[in-house]
This record gives sequence, structure tokens and C-alpha cells, in this order.
Amino acid sequence: MSATARLPRKRFYRARAHSNPLSDSHFPVPICPSDVDFASHYPQFSGNPMVRFADVGCGFGGLLVALSPLFPDTLIIGMELRDKVTEYVKDRIHGLRPTNPGHYNNISVVRTNSMKYIPNYFHKAQLSKMFFLFPDPHFKEKNHRRRVISPHLLDEYAYVMQLGGILYTVTDVDELGDWMKSCLQNHPLFEPVGEDEITTDPVVKLLTSATEEGQKVARNGGQTFMAIYRRVASKED
Amino acid sequence: MEEVLIEESESGNSCTDEAAPALIAVHPTESSVVVAVGSELRVFDLKGDSAVSPLDELGGPHHSASIRAISFSSDGELFASAGDDKIIKIWKTDSWNCIRTVQSEKKVSAVSISQDSQYVTFADKFGVVWIVSLKEDRDTKAVPILGHYCSIITSMKFSPDGRFIATADRDYKIRITVFPRNALKGAHEIQSFCLGHTDFVSCLAFVCSQDQSKGFLLSGGGDLTVRLWDYISGSLLYTCALDDKAGILEASEIEENDKRAVTDICASSDGSLISVAVQGFNGVMLLSCDLVAKTLSFVKNVSMEKSFIPTSLVLVSSKERLWTVMGASNLTSSDLNNNNQRLLTRVRIISFLQKDPLDSCSRDPALLEDSQVPGGEKLLMQLQGCLDAAAQEAAFAAAAAAVRTSLQNMMIKKQYSVERRELRKRNRNDKKIKS
Repeated sequence: MSATARLPRKRFYRARAHSNPLSDSHFPVPICPSDVDFASHYPQFSGNPMVRFADVGCGFGGLLVALSPLFPDTLIIGMELRDKVTEYVKDRIHGLRPTNPGHYNNISVVRTNSMKYIPNYFHKAQLSKMFFLFPDPHFKEKNHRRRVISPHLLDEYAYVMQLGGILYTVTDVDELGDWMKSCLQNHPLFEPVGEDEITTDPVVKLLTSATEEGQKVARNGGQTFMAIYRRVASKED
Repeated sequence: MEEVLIEESESGNSCTDEAAPALIAVHPTESSVVVAVGSELRVFDLKGDSAVSPLDELGGPHHSASIRAISFSSDGELFASAGDDKIIKIWKTDSWNCIRTVQSEKKVSAVSISQDSQYVTFADKFGVVWIVSLKEDRDTKAVPILGHYCSIITSMKFSPDGRFIATADRDYKIRITVFPRNALKGAHEIQSFCLGHTDFVSCLAFVCSQDQSKGFLLSGGGDLTVRLWDYISGSLLYTCALDDKAGILEASEIEENDKRAVTDICASSDGSLISVAVQGFNGVMLLSCDLVAKTLSFVKNVSMEKSFIPTSLVLVSSKERLWTVMGASNLTSSDLNNNNQRLLTRVRIISFLQKDPLDSCSRDPALLEDSQVPGGEKLLMQLQGCLDAAAQEAAFAAAAAAVRTSLQNMMIKKQYSVERRELRKRNRNDKKIKS
């Protein structure tokens, strides 16, 4: 809990851009979703609060902060592997809440490895939105298995998502964009969201504008590649 | 990091020094018994009362490295074996011919045959489960169907109705996945996660209620508990902690501070009889499951001779017999006169005679003497490698310790000190060299 309401300065939270998802960093892991004390993350929400949106690899929290006012009654969690970056996001949220009474109470962050522990945090069909913004491309072929979107991991993301829920991905690396689109296209539990729906979804433009990464890409005039898919039922009878 | 360590030793030889536990499997009608120890498959045909040498036209009858997983199909017609040689062999059990050899990219930690005997699945050391269809051409490669990210799968079982496949890993998780009709396309629909173990999960066994309407799963793990799950919903129904169960501490050969783990579990299909093997305990623990009340209760311990710590169990429901084996890939005779250093195992059987046919709780477990064992001396000679295995106490004690160490190495992530971690990071070969 930050002593003052001042917003954190990024340079005090310097961290490497890459973290090894194969490594077991030393953070507590809940045994099961019921063990997670989400109530402490969202003190203004009483009862048994259910998180509905997850920002996987939330970085410095840009998307969380942008989503918060658009969905004031929805609980949103960011998940981040890097220790210092998670601390930054915590301090950022704790700095925003007192200076904006009634706002930013619906966002929070946990430090965790989403590639290993998503089923530990969320019940079946709990989430209505999942975000994967500018994930680490892991260019070398031997490192492709470290990519956060993969055929096997999509099984787990599908498990925690509701039918009709939407999974958003964006990257400025075209090879990764092709990869993610291909994984989603080939997965039987995801179908592409139609163009007309994408244009009317208020969240879509945040994918490229809300985060530091997205703003950097825009500054450099880079291209971005999105793949937005809906969680659907299995076709098997 | 642990992952790097495993990759390095794939080509090195430190892993081959790890003691692999001996495994036992019995045909559902008890027509044959198989003990896998080290790289050998020892088969005894009880119906024909003779030892059998499995035939593989490609090479010898055995694997070339420690066998880590074996399984009969539920109808008993097929048998699968796989292990550290990265090869899965599928055998027809009438002739003991190898009908298919499948190549894996990594060492194999679990193998299973689907209920309709159409598919064989195997799990590799990276946590990926692969599948081959037995209806396909022999040369067709295996395809991946699901994965436990960066974990080792310790147990893999199909549900009795064949609709689901359960996989357990060393990261405390059990995943229940829908096994689709066209399984070659992958098993993408997760039915549930059974989360609750506070340490690695080592073994799984399915039980089902009378009317088959509810699905139950038993699991054992490094937290020394046996848990009962409703696997359709993933809910934990009951936890039976074994550390305070009668006699286990005194009987155990492990010091109190050492971690103990459940290493194997098998159950009668109605759950009335559950046998559990625990590290350091020279015998089996018997539990019982009440499927209506959804509880587990401790029944009793059956102690065996000192130093006999079972490494694998199998229950033959039709004959009311529990077959147990103890052995390891580094357990050889200490008899110096014997030039032919065969790997030793010890086979013991517990018979469950029901005194009162109407009361299943009146089962009285009786440890069979060697003279009472089906197949007698012939079977013991074939499966154990000798007849006086009971006399090799010291060797068995050493093997038990070695198996325990190798399980810990595989299941528990090594914790390095900060200095050692930094040293390992510095010596990693994918970093840029600082000038």
C-alpha cells in the first residue's frame, strides 16, 4: 500500500523486457481458484467478487487503466510475471484510487506465470474477456514453446472463458501475428469475431492505443496485427 | 534451471543412473503377469504356466533403457510399454508379438490404451501427451493431443466409460479432458481441473458408482494424501491424510523430517478396496471409499517383510488379489559368485478373501507365501530373477532409497541458492557475451 497518493515513476521500476516463463520465480501460487482472495484486490466490491476480464502480461498497466472507466462494474485483473513491473502496477492503482474517488476500484494485478497457473486463478467459464497485448515473440524456433499463445495453452484459456467470451491478441511482429492467428483459427473452441462486430467493440481501439508498447509502435509508425476470437462450444455431440 | 538440466542430461548419462522403479501389470483375467524392471519386460503366462519371451522382430524383446510405464488394455488383448529409450512398444498379449513401435522425441513418463483399444497415448517429459491410432499405418507418427505446460505427467488414465482422459502432473494438478471420437485432432476440451493437492500428484485411479451416473477419481501425491474427486465438476470430495495413520511412522524407514509420498494407488472399481503404496512403508495401506457418503476411510495396514517397499501395485478384481512388486533398475544381486548380474525384484501377493459374502468389510487380507503364489516357483523365478529374493535385504533397502531419491529429483524443483542461480545463469549458453 503506497504511503502517498503520488503516481509511481517508471525509472524506479527498471526491469528487463523479457522474463523466462519456464523459470519458477518465487511467488505464491494459489492451490485452486477458491483460495484466491480476490476480495482484498477489490475492497469496494462486497460479496464474492468474480473477475471477468484478464489482461495476460499486463506490463505497466496501461490497458487496465484504460478499461477501468469503460466497465466500472466489471472486475478486471492484470497478470504479470516480472516482480518490479507488478509492483509498479500495484503502486499505480493505489495512487489512482484516492485521487479519483469512486474510480479504479475494479482493477488490480497479481504477479504470476499465466502460462502455468491460469487454472489456479479462475473457475471454469469465469472470464468474458482475455487480453494478450504485444506478447514476447520468442523468435528462435526452439523458444516457440515459450509463446503465451500456443495450441496447448489455448485449451486452458478456452476452459476459463465463457461461451461467447472474447479473446483479443495484438502484436507488431508479423510472424507472431500469423502464429497467433493460426493457433486460434485451428483451435476447435475459438471462432473469429466478425469485422462488423470488431468495429463496434469499444475495446478494440484500446489494444493499440492504451499501452506503452502500443503507443511506442504508433510513434514509430509500425503496423499492428490483431486476432480477435470468440470462445464457442465444441462441435462434437 | 530445471528444464535446462533435463535437456542436458538427455544426451548425457546422469539420468541413466537414476533408479527406475520396477512396475507390475496383470491381465484383467490374470492370464498373464508382467514385471518391468530396468529395460527388461518379464512376462509369465499363467494360463500356459510358462515364462514368455516377448518377440519384437526389429530387435531384442526388451527396451534399451529403463521402462517407465506399462499398461494392459482394459480387455487385456494389448499391452504397451515405454520409457527412457523414447520408444513405445505395443504388444499383442496372445502371442506377445510387438505389433507396433512408436518413436517419441523425449523420454516417456506415462502410457495408456483407450477403452476401445483403438488408441495408445503416451506422455513425454515435457508434459505433452501424444497419440497413435492402432488402425493406422505402422509408420504414421504420433501427434500431440494436449499438454501440461512445462510439467512432467506422472499418471495418465482413461475414465471407465472412455469419455475422458485424466492426466496428473508434478505441479500439483490433475486435468480431466474430454477424449473426442476423432482423437487425432487433439483433446482440446478440458472438462475440469482437480486442484487441491499441495504437492506433486503421483498416481490416479478411477472408481465408479453402481449406476455409473457419477464419476469419481482417486489420486495420491507427495503431500501424503489420497483424495477423492468428482471429476466431472473437479470438486474435491474428501482428503485422507496418511501421515497419522496407524503405524506408518514407526514402520517407516525414513526419518521423520524427510518428505514421504504416496507412490501408487489401485482400487476395485466400486471403490470398496483401495490399496496405497507409500515411500518408506514396507507394506500397503488399505483404504475404503463410500461412494454414497463420498468419503474415504482408513481400513488397515498390511505389513510385509522389512525392506520390502512396493514400487508398483495392481489389483485383479476378478481374482480378489493384489499383486505388488519391489525392484529398481539398479538393484542387482549382492551375490558375488553370481556372474550373471540379473536385476532383482520381489513379488508379493495379498489375497482378499471375503469371509462373509454379504459384507465386503469382512475382507481379511492375507499375504500369500511363495508356495501359495499362482504360477508358483516358475512365476517367481521369471519375474524376480531368483527365488531367494527375500534374503537380499540390504540390496532392497539400498534400492528403496535410490528410488525415493530419483522420485524426489523428478518431482521436486531444485531450489538453488542465489549465488548458484547466478552462476547457472552466467554459464547458460544463450546469453550475449559481455566485453
